[in-house]
Amino acid sequence: MSTIAPVNQPTQPTGPEEGPATAVIKSWKVPIILGVFTVLGFLLMVVFGRSGTSTMVLSTSSDLIQLPDVLLPTLPTGIVISILLAGITGLSAWMVQTRRKVPLWLISVFAVLLLIGFLTWASADERIPVPGLLFGSLSLAVPLIFGALGGVISERVGVVNVAIEGQLLAGAFTSAIVASITQQPLLGLLAAMVAGVLVSFVLAAFAIKYFVDQVIVGVVLNVLVTGLTGFLFSELLAPNAATLNQPPKFERINIPLLSEIPIIGPVFFRQTLIVYIMYIAVAAVYFGIFHTKWGLRLRAVGEHPQAADTVGINVTGTRFWNVSLAGAVAGLGGAYFTLGSVGAFGKEMTAGAGFIALAAVIFGRWDPIRATLAALLFGFASNLQNVLSIIGSPVPSEFMLMLPYLVTIFAVAGLVGQSRGPAASGKPYIKS
Amino acid sequence: MLASPFRCVVSQRQSASAARHLNRIDTMKLELRGITKRFGALVANDDINLTIEEGEIHALLGENGAGKSTLMNVLYGLYRAEEGEILLDEVPQHFAGPGDAMAAGIGMVHQHFMLIPVFTVAENVMLGHEQVKAGGRLDLAAARKRVREISDRFGFDVDPDALVESLPVGVQQRVEIIKALSRDAKVLVFDEPTAVLTPQETDELMNIMRQLKAAGTSIVFITHKLREVREVADRITVIRLGKVVGTASPTASNEELATLMVGRAVDLTVDKQPATPGAPALVVTNLTVIDPLGQILVNDVSFDVKVGEILAIAGVQGNGQTELTEALMGLQPRVVGEITLDGKTLRGHSVRQVLDAGVGFVPEDRTRDGLVGGFTIAENLMLDRANKLPFVKRFNLQLSFLADFARTKVTEFDVRSQGIETPVGRLSGGNQQKVVLARELSRDLRLFVAAQPTRGLDVGSIEFVHERIVATRDAGTPVIVISTELDEVAALADRIMVMYRGRIVGIVPGDTPRSVLGLMMAGETPAEGAAA
Repeated sequence: MSTIAPVNQPTQPTGPEEGPATAVIKSWKVPIILGVFTVLGFLLMVVFGRSGTSTMVLSTSSDLIQLPDVLLPTLPTGIVISILLAGITGLSAWMVQTRRKVPLWLISVFAVLLLIGFLTWASADERIPVPGLLFGSLSLAVPLIFGALGGVISERVGVVNVAIEGQLLAGAFTSAIVASITQQPLLGLLAAMVAGVLVSFVLAAFAIKYFVDQVIVGVVLNVLVTGLTGFLFSELLAPNAATLNQPPKFERINIPLLSEIPIIGPVFFRQTLIVYIMYIAVAAVYFGIFHTKWGLRLRAVGEHPQAADTVGINVTGTRFWNVSLAGAVAGLGGAYFTLGSVGAFGKEMTAGAGFIALAAVIFGRWDPIRATLAALLFGFASNLQNVLSIIGSPVPSEFMLMLPYLVTIFAVAGLVGQSRGPAASGKPYIKS
Repeated sequence: MLASPFRCVVSQRQSASAARHLNRIDTMKLELRGITKRFGALVANDDINLTIEEGEIHALLGENGAGKSTLMNVLYGLYRAEEGEILLDEVPQHFAGPGDAMAAGIGMVHQHFMLIPVFTVAENVMLGHEQVKAGGRLDLAAARKRVREISDRFGFDVDPDALVESLPVGVQQRVEIIKALSRDAKVLVFDEPTAVLTPQETDELMNIMRQLKAAGTSIVFITHKLREVREVADRITVIRLGKVVGTASPTASNEELATLMVGRAVDLTVDKQPATPGAPALVVTNLTVIDPLGQILVNDVSFDVKVGEILAIAGVQGNGQTELTEALMGLQPRVVGEITLDGKTLRGHSVRQVLDAGVGFVPEDRTRDGLVGGFTIAENLMLDRANKLPFVKRFNLQLSFLADFARTKVTEFDVRSQGIETPVGRLSGGNQQKVVLARELSRDLRLFVAAQPTRGLDVGSIEFVHERIVATRDAGTPVIVISTELDEVAALADRIMVMYRGRIVGIVPGDTPRSVLGLMMAGETPAEGAAA
């Protein structure tokens, strides 16, 4: 799909300040992918188009400011959107032909249009509650975001954290028991952090001290935690559910004023304490990594441990404690399962969230904010499936269940392309 | 001096600042007493005594593997010595790590720069002793100011906000110097600092060393290059096989220093008859190599190599030589242009096909690309012909044939080992390289490509490798030698092709003066059309 254009450049000697010469490699990947989706969208929305009217509900009943519902005629909307999609595909092809870079915002516009078209088509003669859709997305994304933050910290300091899944599960399990016994959700939250740290200790000890392959330790840890919590659940929690597996959930707290903003308020500011902690955590990790001494040293250790060592930074210690911190953050995400959303521990209840969080780390290019956005995208894909199965869309539910994972694969493999992680991530630092 | 009053003010201000800065960087005397460092059975440093006086440039001269870098790593707190002590101004020191050494006023400019490529200059300089503002925010402004201050003092012209990976190697080295000075280093160790520099950059570095010395900093200059030592050092200590074997003054001759360093009289030139080039064998036309990100690594190069001549490709590391050789060997996927050997094309061929066409190849990183460290000498000698007779018959290794073959080659190429079953990883660099040479030169060759053939070798092995390369040429094989060492290029080349930023700057005769080559390596086309 790629062709190389040899570039004939003037032969005068280049000055020392210039960067290396570059040739533009024509890559037809983006136009082809967009083209395929345009055809699919056209088939769905126009050829198999449905008649009727789709209703987008923008406000909840308890809002102060009520926005009117948006009514979209299903088939005409599909036609208009198909034309727009085709236009964007053509534009991207023209850009590649003239050796321009297809900007990311254009691809984003394409994706949003496709999504609106799909929603309209799926909800012919139905009502889609937009705040509910987004609220659910955020709920599903919370553990992913905590997991991804843990992943970002750990990978930035140079340790691949495949054990996010195990940290989430350990956090969920421990918080359920501790909160049930003490009837204090806050103590449950604390216990979840401790559990995450304990899982991290094992990872850190094997990966940093004994130079065991980090991916293998992570995978084994996941299996271990799954087995251990599964065993304890059936032996301990299931028979004594009333005393050990009925934790009190966090109450929802409405933030005055902010919670009344149309659409945004109900989605972001009528949440539980854990979600507010998450907002703070995202901001804190971002600020910490890029603007503090802690972050500078952490990144140095993850990029070039030997250089960090030669300026007197303790590489092993830095790695150990930051991997532990990553475990604590991921543990919080685990607590959200039991104390925030479900209300009790269930066997293997994280269901691969840790791996999606890992994908969010890569999709987000090891940046806390971008990883959070990626986690939100995955949360949205999961919740879209929930909402559509409730309103009864014509798409088979089995297909819809694949959606979050399809989005993950496309996002990580197709759109990110070559992204560069911390240079020393996954490599043990062996002092000679 | 100009008589204008304005000038007077400026010079007063300058002298005031110079005085201030002399007060701040006070001088220090460093003494190493009886340092012994062992790695298992190997004694890397054996009872070494060394005194660096205040404000002198002290050269530590020795071959690769003589133990110079080990000694400096002991000094810098990276290694713990078994015996001996380090004294600063007569006070014994105990360094648990580089942090302690730096706090005591010792700075190091490492051979492989200890810089984080994705950080800015200021971030690299502040790392490890960061200043923070209220709220824990890094004080980047203070770091930038510090960089500018030191940069201005020595006329470095380094932008504190530039990303280190975007800087040329010479500038990166200055960042390393700034890093050390920003911690008030009083003794500065330069570990093989000229290995990555052009001749011009080397001259500039010598000037920087003199400036530092004038400002009161003591300098330890580790090198194996005689010319540089004689130019800049105040005193010279020579180390051989982990021991101090003598001291010399900079007025000593090259031959005296070389004899001291190697332990015997050394012939610094290669015996070589004038070349008798025949018809062009390898012809490269408009070759371009592009990496996956679209960067042009080799940019439209055309040249030929004739039967019975050595073409040396000179240039500073990273100017496309590596990628050019990889393209010749079929190791580069994105190649435009044409490569022919004896009239038949090589472009787009697999490595197997290229080897079968009669190309011998010594890769620049022998431990990574040339040998399998855990395999024996014998196994490494047959790595490239594991698919056919006489080494393999109906899927069976012919072990007795291999053993005979290996014994012959080990004798012929003077590989010193405990036998052909010794794992190659246990051999010295020189013996490893001889194994590579033995393998590559024991086929019928129509072209021989040697990349950095003597990198990291001792003088004895260098002589051997050079003799072999010349013998290969004399046997009528066209030879390409890629080297960043001007001494090597001058010793071997019949013609010299200089590369800069992926392009050919020029192809000049083998006896072209070093100064001209130096300018060409910095990208300047030679004055007269000296195409040979």
